[in-house]
Amino acid sequence: MNPFHYHRPKTLAEAQMLFRDAESPRFIAGGMTVLPSMKARLLDAENLIDLSKIEALQGIEARSGRLRIGASTTHATIANSAVVRQMLPALATLAGGIADRHVRNRGTLGGSLANNDPAADYPAAALALDAQIVTSERTIAAADFFTGLFETALTEAEIITAVDFSLPDRAAYTKHRHPASGYAIVGVFAARFGQHWQLTLTGSSAYGAIRLMAFEKQLVKGATPDGLDGVDIDDLPILEDPSFPIAYRRHLIKLMAKQAVAMTIDDVSI
Amino acid sequence: MSRIDLTINGQSKRFDVPGETLLVDLLRDQAGLTGTHIGCDTSQCGACVVRVDGATVKSCTILAMQCAGGRIETIEGIAKGKELHPVQAAFSENHALQCGYCTPGFVITAIDIIETNPQGLDAQTVREELHGNICRCTGYNNIVAAILDAAQRMGVPVQATGERS
Repeated sequence: MNPFHYHRPKTLAEAQMLFRDAESPRFIAGGMTVLPSMKARLLDAENLIDLSKIEALQGIEARSGRLRIGASTTHATIANSAVVRQMLPALATLAGGIADRHVRNRGTLGGSLANNDPAADYPAAALALDAQIVTSERTIAAADFFTGLFETALTEAEIITAVDFSLPDRAAYTKHRHPASGYAIVGVFAARFGQHWQLTLTGSSAYGAIRLMAFEKQLVKGATPDGLDGVDIDDLPILEDPSFPIAYRRHLIKLMAKQAVAMTIDDVSI
Repeated sequence: MSRIDLTINGQSKRFDVPGETLLVDLLRDQAGLTGTHIGCDTSQCGACVVRVDGATVKSCTILAMQCAGGRIETIEGIAKGKELHPVQAAFSENHALQCGYCTPGFVITAIDIIETNPQGLDAQTVREELHGNICRCTGYNNIVAAILDAAQRMGVPVQATGERS
């Protein structure tokens, strides 16, 4: 890695001040993307500002029928949290399936959302659960937050402080993992609110996580997983990738969606 | 250059490091603890796994500065003098290493798997928990057998899952 100065601020204000005053600054949370990218010379920084010791970015709490998780909460903490497992078990499952145990001990919710990798898991959950992304400046709806591959609505020096998830009646996340990296080749998050579903796709879309509207419309007509078989998804913007061809991904998208939907309907098995 | 305090295998030490120093480089080059290996250096293989404040991490993908004030456990700290840790003994007796390069990372990971599953372990769980560690000699069957053997030695119940040994 190229040399840089490391800073570990204790408050949000201090972190933002450091960012604004420093030459070539970059925030780091768990560092599970930043550090490998810097080692590979894909990213550079003269000043690395570590957000992990800022208390305002920590904590998990249920309030007003929603679940708020601090941005620097690690995947392992979310996976093992009694509150998350009780209130939003699908999110705990999702967190427990990210990468491997060592990465889960470091990687954070806020870091994953800010990076918006098109194969990351959390963006699918954030979109399906109408998450509010709370930042140092404002609150952004998930639908407005993800703006493209590795792109978000965050501005310079803006820091995600927490993510506020709505609580569905049932939710499930199904994922076909890349065997080496653990990233999603196809990940589908299904959230049921009454008789209405929100389904999202990650891993395969050319624009990052997206809603699966065609499936959602079909489920309004009939709440059965098998009903998704006949839905035309040929116009989904799917990544072209020789390792996992489009036809293969389309097949997996239906399979993962059917499994996720089945898990959100009581007494239905496939 | 910044000054940090670390407690490595129970001993407090002070280091002067530049910001970009990785924990694995501090351990190997400054602390002289070369048991922690660098395999891929791209955060995939797990040869460099150590515990920081009780959690397993890939020490090639964490800055020494991020560990400031922390407690580090490496492969050098787990035996009691000449008495092997039960996981080390089980690896030896089950022939769970061939070239041995990945072994320090596997042993630290195995200790953490056993300690974080006191209610019991089975082969399937061990295999899932080992996702972050790669053995290029592909000796996984004996590694899984050694971890289950060590779990029993450490008083953790082991359930059969009908998996081949």
